[in-house]
Amino acid sequence: MATHEEPTGSTLSELDLRVRALESVLIQQNYVTSEALDAIVEAHETRIGPHIGARAVARAWVSATYRAALLADATAAVAEFADDGHVGDQLIAVENTQDVHNVVVCTLCSCYPWDVLGLPPIWYKSDAYRSRTVKQPRTVLAEFGLHLEPTVSVRVWDSTAETRYLVLPMRPAGTDDWDEQQLATLVDRDCMVGVGLPKAPGGAD
Amino acid sequence: MDGIHDLGGMDGFGAIVPERDEPVFHHRWEGRAFAMSTAMGAAGEWNIDMGRHGIERLPPVVYLSSSYYERWLRRLELMLIEHGLVLEDELVNERSGRAGRDLTRGTFTTERVPTVLQRGSFTREPQGPPRFQPDQRVRARNIHPRSHTRLPCYVRGRTGVVERLLGANVFPDSIVSGKGEDPQWLYTIRFDGRELWGDDAEPGTTVSVDAFEPYLEAVP
Repeated sequence: MATHEEPTGSTLSELDLRVRALESVLIQQNYVTSEALDAIVEAHETRIGPHIGARAVARAWVSATYRAALLADATAAVAEFADDGHVGDQLIAVENTQDVHNVVVCTLCSCYPWDVLGLPPIWYKSDAYRSRTVKQPRTVLAEFGLHLEPTVSVRVWDSTAETRYLVLPMRPAGTDDWDEQQLATLVDRDCMVGVGLPKAPGGAD
Repeated sequence: MDGIHDLGGMDGFGAIVPERDEPVFHHRWEGRAFAMSTAMGAAGEWNIDMGRHGIERLPPVVYLSSSYYERWLRRLELMLIEHGLVLEDELVNERSGRAGRDLTRGTFTTERVPTVLQRGSFTREPQGPPRFQPDQRVRARNIHPRSHTRLPCYVRGRTGVVERLLGANVFPDSIVSGKGEDPQWLYTIRFDGRELWGDDAEPGTTVSVDAFEPYLEAVP
């Protein structure tokens, strides 16, 4: 069992102690096993992440058939890239074009396509992002360094139900001779949430 | 409930500060709190919307001054105590002098981990035909339920257009109080920025929400 008798100068925070106490009680009560908790943490730290969504985006860039399938039923289309071959139902892919830019938020909590992008970053869960994105999307995107032309309309998707959204960004220029695997390296989490663009070929970030 | 969690459109929260190369969990306790919440959420003692409502019911001052996983931790403690699974003094003393209750689905062991890494399914057979169709104008009703709802305040009373019919889904306003799934049609409703924010809207912006049929009314 965890002990609280840390030497003076311990860096264990109050929250750390509180969580250790709770875990200790849940295990004593036979509600959970420590190994099962380890496995949940490990899956999210090592296996489930934005590389899953990136592979779907890259495939959509090289295959018109796959792109159509992704836009029609993203749950089915992304499944082959998922951790265990399964994505939650009602995943919806929304496509950026020259005229429309999409960005995803959850104002009521922090709904996010975990099984496609991993757990959300702190900024996505922040009160600032949740409050401002529906009201000042252009300003928010500019703070991420994404300055959209006034001719590009902005569509904000507030994830208020069990639907989950994945932005399909535009393929960067200068990648005509890139294959699917190379393209996937340009696709990061931010561009699939809609607060960024894919990386440019040539390594510029 | 018109709670502090319903943040859409509020001002004063400052700039958004992205972190470079952010780790999945910043502290060990965050991963443990997340994993315990996931495991106990799968125990069959409460559902996803009861869990969300647990966070919404935190006192506003606590909500605003807590980090994301701290909210999860406080919610988990609240739910465990409310459901009689742990006693408050057990959390303080870090030990339990009694055997735990038998959980609906038994002890959460490693074999069950794959099931919680998958998202649950919330689509259901509809109870009747949908009232609205794509391209139809609808108004979000001006409702203020005291319990959990998924219609954010900033769209209530506003008129939008049905963009997509998403099928029948488990109705959060019902399952939150254990009244059954009561599946309702779900729609994506698109609002023009000006309809929501008037002259203060940024030009060329639209916002959509996914709204259950009982949240909507026809516009004559």
